[in-house]
Amino acid sequence: MSVLLDVHNVTMHFGGVHALTEVSFDVQDGEFLSLIGPNGAGKTTMLRAITGVVSPQNASIKLAGQAIERLATHRRAALGLAMTNQIVRPFNSMTLRDNVALAVGHQRVATVFRAITAINRDTERKKAGELLEMVGIGDYADQEVLGQPLGRLKRLEVARALALKPKLLLLDEPLAGLNHIEAARFADVVVGINREGLTVVMIEHNLGEVLRVSDRLVVLDNGRKIAEGEPESVMRMPHVRAAYVGKEADHAAA
Amino acid sequence: MGIYELSLATIVGINIILALGLNLITGYCGQISLGHAAFFGTGAYVVALMAKAGYPAPINLVCAMLITGGIGIVVGVASLRVRHDFLAITTMGVGFLFLGIVRQQDSVLGGEMGLSGIPSIGLEKPAFLMLVLAVAALCTLFSVYIKKSWMGFAFDAVATDEDTARLLTVNVPVYKLTAFALGTAMAGLAGGLYCYFTRFIMPDDFGFITSISVLSMVAVGGIGSVPGVIIGTMLLTLLPEMSEFLSDYKLFFYGALLFGVMRFAPDGLAGVGSSLRGMLKRSGRAV
Repeated sequence: MSVLLDVHNVTMHFGGVHALTEVSFDVQDGEFLSLIGPNGAGKTTMLRAITGVVSPQNASIKLAGQAIERLATHRRAALGLAMTNQIVRPFNSMTLRDNVALAVGHQRVATVFRAITAINRDTERKKAGELLEMVGIGDYADQEVLGQPLGRLKRLEVARALALKPKLLLLDEPLAGLNHIEAARFADVVVGINREGLTVVMIEHNLGEVLRVSDRLVVLDNGRKIAEGEPESVMRMPHVRAAYVGKEADHAAA
Repeated sequence: MGIYELSLATIVGINIILALGLNLITGYCGQISLGHAAFFGTGAYVVALMAKAGYPAPINLVCAMLITGGIGIVVGVASLRVRHDFLAITTMGVGFLFLGIVRQQDSVLGGEMGLSGIPSIGLEKPAFLMLVLAVAALCTLFSVYIKKSWMGFAFDAVATDEDTARLLTVNVPVYKLTAFALGTAMAGLAGGLYCYFTRFIMPDDFGFITSISVLSMVAVGGIGSVPGVIIGTMLLTLLPEMSEFLSDYKLFFYGALLFGVMRFAPDGLAGVGSSLRGMLKRSGRAV
């Protein structure tokens, strides 16, 4: 396996808040890596630094060997980075299908000239329907976004990210807000996508699912990386238990 | 049609072009502008100066579009870093900047007195009306086309949530600038036609009140909806002409309407129309 994403020395301070301090890790091609840690550990900031939504003071980030830390978010996305939001952010003005169709046809909006000369959306809408089917919400494709339950919108986020045909899928708490059964079923969907070859980095608090689906864990606490490795061995490390499991173990067992 | 009706219809046509331009920026791409009159004025001054220098009308109108669109891009670049209320304030500032320049510059732009004695376009009033309506129709078709194209799709994404649009590879700044360029070019064209219509322009024609009036037309009709904007423009242009009371209290009327629409029907007449259709459909199904 080769390194798909190489994150090196990422430091991000918001005023006096040290969200991330010299965090480094890498993600192998085809891997399912979970990023865990207590609330406020800097996990979401890490994903945002990778996609360029926030600009760290210091960072070296390589995607498939190419340095991306200076590129704008849309350029990174075009190179194969897709991210889902923890708080769902669908385009409220569109149907579920069109939310995904825009991502399917992202190359049509790559330049203004191409966008103004292209009209037909049929192929993209059809493909969008298939992706919605894949995440289990195909029946609601032509409904408006407003009024949809959270579970469906979470799946919509994933379908929309997949529509970009990314090299790397970054998931920010995809299971939060889903009930026990929904969460397990949806985790299986993500595992299936990973088995087909897509590399996944997931932030998740549902430790039961994390341990079940991940190849490897990276643990953050207070903006620093405190551990990484195989899920079981990481979970046996005393300082990881102290930082994270101590507070969450009961919750995860429940 | 008498002279009065011809003039009124011509003004409606010009206002439709102006409002459709703002609709591209504010309705399609979600970028609020409180300075649209500055671009209307830029087009008018460009045509006035070029016509007085003896250039033919078609060239003048095309130049009005290009120059105004170019300035629109410059203003757009300056506004890229600001969003929402800050963008509103910035564009308002652009409007006052324009006024400041045309009021103070006497030798070329005529200062407070404006520019008069602008050569005629060479068309009788009915023919000029036809020209204005034809241009308005073209702008309408263009707007409808943009909405249907992938550009409209991208505009919609930028208007709804630009951060998410970026994550979906949309080059947000370029789309914003495109919306500014197209919308302000339409304002420039409207300004050029207005200049040929009155053949006398002065700074007050392009003041803050004009910006707010155009915004009211777009908002009352329904931000983003082409038929809504056209109907809104017709209503707001014609109603003050029909009633002396409304004419005397025009600003009060526009203000009250803008407030009422924003508070009670943010999607404007177009929104009211579609929710009525929805209600009819539902009640039809219930029966």
